Amino acid sequence: MQISILLVTLLGMAFVAAAFVFVVLNSGPRDEDYGGIAKRGYFIRRWWMIGLCAAGVVVSAWSLVPFPLQASSVESPRIIQAIGRQWSWELASSSVEAGEPVRFRVTSLDVNHGFAIYGPDDQIIAQTQAMPGYYNDLDVTFERAGKYRVLCLEYCGLAHHTMVAEIDVKERR
Amino acid sequence: MTASELEYATPDTQRTPVVKLYLGIGLLVFAGLMLVGALMRAAQGATTISIGPEVFYQLMTLHGAGMVGTAGLAALAVNWYFLSKYVRLNQKIFLGTLVLSLVAVVMIVGSILIGKFAAGWTFLYPLPATSLGLWSKGAALTFVGGLLLLGVAFLLVYLDMGIAIVRRYGSIARALGLPMLFGREPIDPTHPPAVVASAMVLIVNVAGIAAGAIVLIMTILHLIYPPLAPDALLMKNLIYFFGHVFINATIYSAVIAVYEILPLYARRPWTVSRPFLAAWLAVTLMVLAVYPHHLLMDFAMPSWMAIMGQILSYTSGIPVLVVTAFSGLMLVYRSGIRWDAASSLLVLSLFGWAVGIVPAVIDGMINVNLVMHNTLWVPGHFHFYLLLGLLPMVLGFASYLSANGQQGRTGRVGAMVYAVGATLLCLSFLVSGALSVPRRFAVHEESWQWLGDVGALSGGIVLVGTLMIAVPILLKLPRARLASISESG
Ligand code: HEM
Ligand SMILES: [Cu+2]
Ligand SMILES: [Cu+2]
Repeated sequence: MQISILLVTLLGMAFVAAAFVFVVLNSGPRDEDYGGIAKRGYFIRRWWMIGLCAAGVVVSAWSLVPFPLQASSVESPRIIQAIGRQWSWELASSSVEAGEPVRFRVTSLDVNHGFAIYGPDDQIIAQTQAMPGYYNDLDVTFERAGKYRVLCLEYCGLAHHTMVAEIDVKERR
Repeated sequence: MTASELEYATPDTQRTPVVKLYLGIGLLVFAGLMLVGALMRAAQGATTISIGPEVFYQLMTLHGAGMVGTAGLAALAVNWYFLSKYVRLNQKIFLGTLVLSLVAVVMIVGSILIGKFAAGWTFLYPLPATSLGLWSKGAALTFVGGLLLLGVAFLLVYLDMGIAIVRRYGSIARALGLPMLFGREPIDPTHPPAVVASAMVLIVNVAGIAAGAIVLIMTILHLIYPPLAPDALLMKNLIYFFGHVFINATIYSAVIAVYEILPLYARRPWTVSRPFLAAWLAVTLMVLAVYPHHLLMDFAMPSWMAIMGQILSYTSGIPVLVVTAFSGLMLVYRSGIRWDAASSLLVLSLFGWAVGIVPAVIDGMINVNLVMHNTLWVPGHFHFYLLLGLLPMVLGFASYLSANGQQGRTGRVGAMVYAVGATLLCLSFLVSGALSVPRRFAVHEESWQWLGDVGALSGGIVLVGTLMIAVPILLKLPRARLASISESG
């Protein structure tokens, strides 16, 4: 997922860069008829604007329906409490089965922490904030067995980067 | 200039001295904090140096607070300088803001380097009060008090700017061009874009600083009397509202340098038009409303705010991409522009701002944020805005002010070096983010470290480019006088 995001981003950035390079390379010689340039410019700009708006509507609809943060419709996920504190995680259970729907109920006892699950390939698969006084429900279904890790992704002081817990995802029995 | 314009304008002799002071201090601090940034990246790379977590997080707080504060002051200098062309501003108040800010800086730096305060520039409640013994309550109070003083300093000069604008234009809304936009007054092509931008900045930043002051005072009260514990989610909302608005206002202030200087180079006008005014009104509203994109991973927030955060993140980019950057490119196209340090930096700044929108908007999508939030992707996108957008605006302005942009070969090469280093640095952040490398980690895992080294190297390149541009400016600045041709031509 992340690599596709990176590629799409780089593509978009390359497009912007190309526009700038084009104009810089064509910054001379001087054309005194700025009115003419502006007229063509406004024409391009209108379509550029319409294109951006259309793309915005399409991408927004595609990415917001269904609403990505809604707790999934799974009937009875297994609920696992996850409590953060400076500087450790306390998971009610650190062993789950692949394919089993899990709902992490995440909170904190002191400051803000970030509850991020890293897959066996060291890529984030999902996250939520761990906040004092609040419970955030994070629904995850681990597809593959392996060693997953929880890292803290909200800066919480001196040992923030050492706040790691492991989740052991076992093959389905 | 007509007689009535002269009557309103700030006398020429009062326009530059304090601005030069701001710029001189700003450039020195920027360079120093870049070194700090490069050191952090090198520490994450772990091959060249090692910095303990305690010092790393202090440096991180120093770099963040220092860069944001200095960006604010430098952008203010740009804004003040050009606004003073149209309204009568008080140089003493402007100087007073600088003096207060320097006191604030001493407090902030002291709290970090002596008091070991390291809760990050966002001082996310309740971390300042909960260091587990690393820093004292006094250090936290000094840091938070320093930020509060900085806010007061800004409000002071904004008050003067606001009054001066109202005196000349009748109201802030009129300065923003609302009567023209809604057809109640004809479009006046002599209405300066600088005034429109100033009005926007005043509106959003007064609101932002007010929210900042509230959350800072609440943090102070909590530090003094811990049982008084405000709601953590409320505090987070206030902090991100303030932080988002303040840092965005720096860019919207500094872009005035592009509006004012680039037309002199292109020998073409950059005038207000209906799309221009519409863009600025839209930006005013969106900058105030878009901050929930910082809270997408707080599922306790109402869903409509997350949706609004995502959608407004996207729409916020449109005015820049469609109006500001596009108009800048139109201005330059076949203009026969003279490429020197200032013009290169100003066009570079539009590029950095526009291109930074892409990773920002993508991270503003909830689906993406689930895997990118608080990774190095985030510093990746905002270093595009700040290092490749805001700073070149300030540097371009400083170059223009001190040397009319003519810094010879060194200046042009410096701008190139800067552009290459900064792009590389930002890309190394983005790639790190895509590999799930967390932001704000003092120690990086082995497989992430090569990216830290790339970042440190690029940071060094940026610093070299900055010095190539800034050192000649700093040497010339005290004596510099603007050639009047470029002012009027
Ligand atoms: C040579 C130039 C620069 C380098 C090498 C650099 C490097 C860094 C590094 C390594 C971080 C910490 C990343 C992490 O979370 O692990 C950082 C954070 C940051 N930088 Fe820079 N930076 C540079 C320029 C700038 C500029 C020009 C600005 C603003 C005007 C800026 C503003 C910030 C801010 C606000 C943060 C966030 C601090 C935090 O997370 O608390 N940086 N930078
Ligand atoms: Cu934590
Ligand atoms: Cu943490």
